[in-house]
Formats: sequence, C-alpha cells, structure tokens
Amino acid sequence: MTLNTLWFMLIALLFIGFFFLEGFDYGVGILLPFIARTDDERRVVINTIGPFWDANEVWFITAGGAMFAAFPNWYATLFSGFYIALFLLLIALIGRGVAFEFRSKVEHVRWRRFWDSVIFVGSLLPPLLWGVALANMMRGVPIDAHMNFVGSFWNLISLYSIAGGVSVALLFTLHGALFISLRTDGVLQRRARSAAMGVGAWATVITFLFVVLSYLETDMFTRHGVDPGAVPILAGLSLFSVQFFIRAKRDGWAFFMTGLTIILSTITVFMDLYPRVMVSSLNPAWSLTIYNAASNPYSLKVMTIIALTVLPLVLLYQGWSYWVFRKRISAEHRLEY
Amino acid sequence: MDNLLLARWQFGVTTVYHFFFVPLTIGLVFLIAIMETLYVTKKNENYKRMAKFWGKLFLINFAVGVVTGILQEFQFGMNWSNYSRFVGDVFGAPLAIESLAAFFLESTFLGVWMFGWDKLPKHVHLASIWLVALGTTLSAFWILTANAFMQHPVGYVIQGGHAEMASFGALIGNEQLWWEFPHVWLGALATGAFFVAGVSAYQLLRKRWLEVFHPSFVISIIVGVVSSILVAIVGHDQAQYLMVSQPMKMAASEALWHTSADPAPWTVIAAIDPAQQRNTFELQIPYALSILAYNQPHGSVPGMLELQQQMQQKYGPGSYIPPVGVTFWSFRVMVAAGVLMILSALYGAWQMVRDKLLQSRRYLRWMLFAMPLPFIANTAGWLMTEMGRQPWVVYGLELTRDGVSPTVPAGEVLLTLISFSVLYGLLAIVDAYLFVRAVRQGPEPDGEDSEVPDLNVAPL
Repeated sequence: MTLNTLWFMLIALLFIGFFFLEGFDYGVGILLPFIARTDDERRVVINTIGPFWDANEVWFITAGGAMFAAFPNWYATLFSGFYIALFLLLIALIGRGVAFEFRSKVEHVRWRRFWDSVIFVGSLLPPLLWGVALANMMRGVPIDAHMNFVGSFWNLISLYSIAGGVSVALLFTLHGALFISLRTDGVLQRRARSAAMGVGAWATVITFLFVVLSYLETDMFTRHGVDPGAVPILAGLSLFSVQFFIRAKRDGWAFFMTGLTIILSTITVFMDLYPRVMVSSLNPAWSLTIYNAASNPYSLKVMTIIALTVLPLVLLYQGWSYWVFRKRISAEHRLEY
Repeated sequence: MDNLLLARWQFGVTTVYHFFFVPLTIGLVFLIAIMETLYVTKKNENYKRMAKFWGKLFLINFAVGVVTGILQEFQFGMNWSNYSRFVGDVFGAPLAIESLAAFFLESTFLGVWMFGWDKLPKHVHLASIWLVALGTTLSAFWILTANAFMQHPVGYVIQGGHAEMASFGALIGNEQLWWEFPHVWLGALATGAFFVAGVSAYQLLRKRWLEVFHPSFVISIIVGVVSSILVAIVGHDQAQYLMVSQPMKMAASEALWHTSADPAPWTVIAAIDPAQQRNTFELQIPYALSILAYNQPHGSVPGMLELQQQMQQKYGPGSYIPPVGVTFWSFRVMVAAGVLMILSALYGAWQMVRDKLLQSRRYLRWMLFAMPLPFIANTAGWLMTEMGRQPWVVYGLELTRDGVSPTVPAGEVLLTLISFSVLYGLLAIVDAYLFVRAVRQGPEPDGEDSEVPDLNVAPL
C-alpha cells in the first residue's frame, strides 16, 4: 500500500470519526426543541453532549488539516470551490459553538430560547450541507484543467444533492435520538425513543431513495456494476435493523446500528471516490486523485509517523472521557451548567 | 474592490479578532491551573472558588476563540487556494499536527474539567486543566511553526512549481520560531495576568470577595512581572534576529529610508511621507538604534531604498517595501504598551513587598484601565509582523497577490467578509456583556459544597 492510499484512508477515518461522533451531536441539537420542554429538560438534553461536542467537532478540523497536509490540492479545490456552502457551514458552527456556552450564562426565558434556536439551526444546517457536499463529490463538479472549481453555489444544488442532505440530516437525527435514549431516563428517554421511531422510518426511506439516485447520477454503476459489494449492503441492513431494535427497546443495539450505518456509508462514499478525491464533471482527466493532489513522499512519511503515534493516544483519552461521563443524566440530580 | 484586497481584509479582520481571544485563553488557563494546584495542595476551598470563577470567564472567552479558529484554519483554502497549493506540502503539516496534538487535547480535557468537578478525584481533575494548558501551548507552538515558515522559509525545496518539505527537523528548528514562540507565549501569559489583575482590582476597589480577589491579584502580579519582563527581553532578541532574517521589515519598522549613519540614531517618532519616500519630521536619540540592533554603540542599519535595490536585483522588478506607516507605528504602539505593562507590574510587586498592595486605590484603578494594554500590544505586534512581511506571503518565495484563490468571485468574498465582520461585532457585544455580568456576579457563594469554609486566606 502506498502512503497516498494510506492517507486517503486516514482522511476517510477522520471523516468516519467525525460523522459518527458529531452525527449524534447534531441530532441532539436538532431534537432539542422537540423533546425537551422545560428548562431543566433542555439542560439535561444539552448535557448529554456537553462534555463531548467540542472534541467531536475537532474530528472535522483535523480532517481539514490532514487534507491540507497530505493533499494540498484537494484542500485548495474543495475549500475554494464549495465556498458559499463552507461559509454557511462556518456560520452555523460559529453560532452553535457559542450558543452552548452562552445560553446558560443568563437565566432569562427569551435569552435561552434565542440560543436554543441557534443550537437548532446550527445543528440542522451542517448535516444538510454535508449531504449536499458528499453528493456533489460523488457526482463530480466543474473542475478545470488547473484544478480550479469553475461553477457556482447553484451548481451544487440539485434534487440529488438535496436528497443527500435530507438523508444525512435524518440519519443524524435518528442517531441523536438514540444517543439521548442511552444517556437519559424517564420521560426524556421515552420521548427520545418515540422520536427515533418516527424519524427512523423516514431516514430509511430517504436514504434508500438517495442510494437509488446515486446509481443514476454518479458513475457508481459503470465503475462497480450492479453488485455494490458487501459494505453498502451491510450499511443498508444495519439501517433496516434499527427499526427492530427500537421496537425491542434495545437502545444500545439500535445506536450501534445507526453508528454502523454511518460508518459503512462513509466508507462506501470514499470507496466510490477512490483513487479520485475530487471528480471533474468537465473532463475525467481533470479529476484530482490521490496522486496529483498529494504532498511529496517525504512529507507524507513524516505525517504518517506523527499521525500513527498521536491518533491512538487521542482515541484512548477521548474514549476515557466518555467512560467518565457514562452515567445517565436526569433532572433530579444537580446539573452542571 | 478586487478579490485580493477583500481576501486580505478578511484575513486581517479574522486574525486580529481571533487573536483577541487566543492569548487570553492561553494565559488564563495557566493561571487557573496554578489556582487549582493551590487548591489541591493547600486543601483550601477558596482556591476552588477562584478556579471556578476564573473558569467561568475563561469559558466565555474560549467559545469565541475556538469558533473563529475554525475559520482561521479554513480560510487558507477558501481565499488563498493558490497559496495552499504552493506551500501546502510544507505548511499543511504543522496545521494538521496542531489539530491532532493540541485541539483534541484541549477540547477533550476542557470538557472533562467543566463537567468533572464532582465526578473525578481531585488530582485527576487538576491534571485535566494542566492538560488543557498544555494543549493551548502546543497549539501556539504548531501554528507559529507554520507562521515562522511564512516569515523565514526553511526545510523546503522548490519542485514542479511548488514548495516541498525537505526537512521536518529544519521546520521545527527554524530560528524564527524559537524567538516567535516564546515571545507570543509570554505575551499571552501577560495577557492572562493583566486580565486577572484588572478584574481583581475592580472587585478589590469595591471591597467584595476579598478572600478570592486578593490572592488572585497577588498571583496575577507575580505572573505579570515575570511574563512582561521576559516578553520584552525575548522581543529585543527577536528584533536583532530580524535585522538578519528580514532587514526590510526592520527598516520599515524604523521608517529608515536610507542606510543610517554609523552609529545609528533611533527615531522615536516620525512624520512619514511614503509617496516621496522620506520623513518630513524625525525625533531621534543618537546611538540608540545601533545599541538596539547590535548591543553596541556603533554599526549602521540598512535602509529601505538600498534594500529595495538589492531585492530588485535578486527577485526582479517590483516594489518590496511594505506599508511603512503601519509597520512603524504598530511597532511603537507595541513597545509603548509593553513598557507600561512592565512598569505597572513592577509597581505592584513593590507594593506587595511593602505589604501595601490593597492600600493604593489609585493603583487598583490604574490596573483596571491597564487591562487593554496586552491586547493592544498583541494586536500591534501581529500587525507589524504581518504587514512588515508584505508584499510577500512567504518571505522571498511567494508574493501575497499570487496566493489568492483565482476562481472565487469577488462578490462572494465581499459577502463573507461583511457577514463574518458583522457576526464578529455581535459576538463581541454579547461576549463583553457576559464578561461584565459574570464579573459583577462574582464567585459562587462560599461553602456551597465546601468542607472547611475559611475566610481568612493568606495569599499563597
């Protein structure tokens, strides 16, 4: 395996970590106004992700940094090309990030309601944008011979990419609902379960629709044939199984299965891209690949040594932080603000 | 306005804004870690109240620092895609390492610290705030590794029209980095110290929560003395290094158009006429520039016009003179603010030795108004560093105008520039409101969950 392939996989891994972890964060933010009714309930729901969300977001920042280091051309084309989409994402992340911190500092109904709605919008917008971005990355975007994106924001918006956005948003909402059901008890847990039931069906249908559209809109079919291989099939099966586990009140298994769906779907997207990183819709020869977009072998080697040393440590202490806060949260106990 | 100018404004606005919050984060977390260490070793609940109170202010500040930091990292790709392609091979590495080694560390352990007061043994909780402090310091180190490369590129080769990393050791052994990093880090420590000193002084003037704010004030004065003196010493050495590595920046920061006489006088203030490339008025101290530049009362300092000729021979036609006014004045503002900080801290230390720290209301009031000084010094220092490097984005390697994204429409850059600026403004207002509110509310009431309430705490 070349270092280029290894780095493609490492960046895929960072996105998997990001979608898995920040996926339930976004889901919790989206569900906040619907399943938490009193101020205490809202605090409980926010505290389910309170100690984690910031570190979860770092997975995305690290993915961006890793792209910059390992595939500078990928970073440059993607970030300058998806300019307005990224701008909207940043606005959402800025609003959401400060809202978590600011809302608790003033005890006033309107103050808190305002920041709660910022959390809601700031949690809903990113998964929609990520879905749109991933759909476009699979289908291809206008990239010229000099690796520059020559389209506009409206090139990125289509029925296909919107289906992608809605499907990601629903998947994350489902993932978040199941996370809340694992981290709370009593009435919040019941509401989270019923939200998971409602959203789960829609998530399954829209995601299935998105997969069908992918066959029509991208070159998945011509590159891989009708049989997509084990990974996407298992992704689909795990999503179907969620319904069963929710009904059986096996929250842990249901959460595991939505996690599996997210992981396997992300792998599918990256497998579909490989060895390309940005597909040009103008000319296949102008696509960015793990070779023409990459840093030189020395740079990749240095980064490999550092990443393979540091990343296991990160996984270790981040895992430990989840273990520290493993107890369910309820409004009867003292709440941290 | 064209793409380039808008992109530069966006970078400037974001960087300056981001760097209001970052040094406070780095400095404050260090002070909080000291307070919690005192709590754990002395088993005195008041230090816990201190750590919690300053922790609350820290979090209000941290939130804005983090979210603007995301933008800071991504705007290289958004607005400076040609720059990213040209240097990404070298420049991307420290940014990626910053995320991996620093961002994960600080965000994970800050979460543990915030929510872990009742869930963790004291020493584990203490370790987590020290790990946050380590994370912020590592973050500064790696981002400055990237910046040092822009100031003084090393450890690369040019291959196929872009820079490729040739030696990672050279990149982190960059002499520029080893002046810049301690200078910035000590400046951040001073920022934290003056912030704690100012807020404490405000409360001491009102004679409220003396048991929390008196020791806070003492700690901040000690840290303030050490950091503000060291930052000046390192800064002086850094300027001497600049004489060698970026003589044009030094010449511009002295508004020195022509190579100076030997010994060189130092221009305290000047009226600069960049169009005529001369100064219409100068107030000078003889010998001083030679001493500043070489630690000896002789030696001339090269001027901009002579350096311009040398650079044209080396790099081809074009103007290599940075914006002189900004570079000259930002340097002076930074130095003036730094001197005031040293004097303020030293006076406090002297009062402390005489055990009269709380008696001079005038001094307490001054320390309240001295709070902005480090922020002014930080901002001015970065303006000098970054403006003084122009027209280069990477000194001697790539011009700023060649780094901009070629296909992003100017309208979109304008839209994001306006939106982000408005958002920054609103956040600043909310942040200031929350700061003032949290300061007025003061620390949590004593004994809320304490074992031994003790009001008579000797500082340290």
